[in-house]
Amino acid sequence: MTVSPDEPEVVVRLTVNGAAETRSVSPRQHLADFLRDELGLTGTHVGCEHGVCGACTVLVDGDIVRSCLMLAVQADGAVVDTVEGLSDSGEIAVLQQTFLARNALQCGFCTPGMLVTAADLLRSVPEPTREEVREAISANYCRCTGYHAIVDAVMAAAHGTEQKP
Amino acid sequence: MKPTSFSYHRPGTLPEALALLSEYQGAARILAGGQSLMPLMAMRMARPERVIDINRIDDLKGIRDAGDTLTIGALTRYNDILRSPLIAAQMPLLAEAIGHVAHHAIRNRGTIGGSLALADPSAETPATCLALGARIVAQSTSREREIATDDFFDGLMSTALEEHEILVAVRIPKRPTALPHAFIEFARRKGDFAQAGIILAPAHDGMPENRAVIFGIGPTPWRSAALEAAFGGEGFAAAPKAALKDELNVYFADDEAAAFKLPIVMTLAQRAFARLKP
Ligand SMILES: Cc1cc2nc3c(=O)[nH]c(=O)nc-3n(C[C@H](O)[C@H](O)[C@H](O)COP(=O)(O)OP(=O)(O)OC[C@H]3O[C@@H](n4cnc5c(N)ncnc54)[C@H](O)[C@@H]3O)c2cc1C
Ligand code: FES
Ligand code: FES
Repeated sequence: MTVSPDEPEVVVRLTVNGAAETRSVSPRQHLADFLRDELGLTGTHVGCEHGVCGACTVLVDGDIVRSCLMLAVQADGAVVDTVEGLSDSGEIAVLQQTFLARNALQCGFCTPGMLVTAADLLRSVPEPTREEVREAISANYCRCTGYHAIVDAVMAAAHGTEQKP
Repeated sequence: MKPTSFSYHRPGTLPEALALLSEYQGAARILAGGQSLMPLMAMRMARPERVIDINRIDDLKGIRDAGDTLTIGALTRYNDILRSPLIAAQMPLLAEAIGHVAHHAIRNRGTIGGSLALADPSAETPATCLALGARIVAQSTSREREIATDDFFDGLMSTALEEHEILVAVRIPKRPTALPHAFIEFARRKGDFAQAGIILAPAHDGMPENRAVIFGIGPTPWRSAALEAAFGGEGFAAAPKAALKDELNVYFADDEAAAFKLPIVMTLAQRAFARLKP
């Protein structure tokens, strides 16, 4: 498959949050911009656009990835899940609750990436230690909370000690 | 920032990818995991006219037991290597090193071939392949050749790979399971590139010489003659401080800069040699 300059757009077909989507995109558009600008899924945040902040974290075929480091055309045929999908399905309902209860967000910019990363951790390690939570979120920047509250929230969600707000 | 415009190619086979690469020599970049190329393109440090995405070439993926060696396809991702029972059993040093590479989300995409082709001097994988006596398999439209890792890293982020070649695999001599090794790095935070690192891999039937590699300091990882001289016998107790300083001086303009890194390297070396003791 080749897209030449005289044919600047290319068709991508993918599944996003369970729905089949078909769009025509420019090869240089990354997946995060595609989700936000083409599909209106603005829960996926764009911070650094070079892989270091984690705000753009989404699931592609079940694995967490940086959506700013993947081209939208590369997701052709893939199954993508964003924070909106995890929220609507109820998978992160408890995490959302504990984030609120433990003050694990202030401005909220990092929160979607944190939630997707935490959900991915809890899928493979349902009862993590604090160390494991720290390791999992070590690639996600938060400029507000100082991280402790986020670790508290993930631990509370995992170990069932969440408090009602 | 956003990448500049480019034409996108997604070949399904290696011959197609090689044909595209030789047709557009100089104007095309291979896209593997994208965990380094995408940031470089976003920062406009790379502005390829054409991007050849090799992610759909299944022949480049996977780990094969080839008798005396393990052959790891270029497109094998870090996390596939970390999850591989073959690697855990036969090549624990590689798994230990990759455990230090970046973070889970990056390791889901980043590939061993991409890391070797990029040849970042602070990266764990190139240095570890050098310490394991690995050989790089490179292919072009006309031939396949093997390059010893000793000859592969030839300058700062520069390799012996030619413009029309694709790195297809790396071949690593199997190590006896009981053989000790040491991997140790100094990084500011978990998952960061190393500021300095040392790898020790004692000789065995498939690798006739003891190897000691220093990385994160010079323009490439290098085999340290000073450290290799300290294997066996009295070990590191006969501290090769002066010889090590001479090696560091090759990469630093003045004595002062080398003097700053020397204590870090000495400390890491001491700890690394301690790990080799039964
Ligand atoms: C936040 C962050 C932290 C990181 N931390 C670390 C770290 O601590 N340690 C570390 O080692 N790395 C780190 N990396 C880099 C990561 O390891 C990259 O995945 C790796 O350097 C490149 O592999 P890739 O498959 O992503 O290659 P790409 O980014 O796709 O390509 C890299 C280069 O190699 C070329 N190339 C790729 N594959 C081939 C091939 N088969 N044949 C010929 N040329 C090829 C490309 O054209 C490009 O020039 C980090 C990256 C990020 C974003
Ligand atoms: S926006 Fe993707 S990691 Fe920062
Ligand atoms: S809540 Fe503001 S960046 Fe995390």
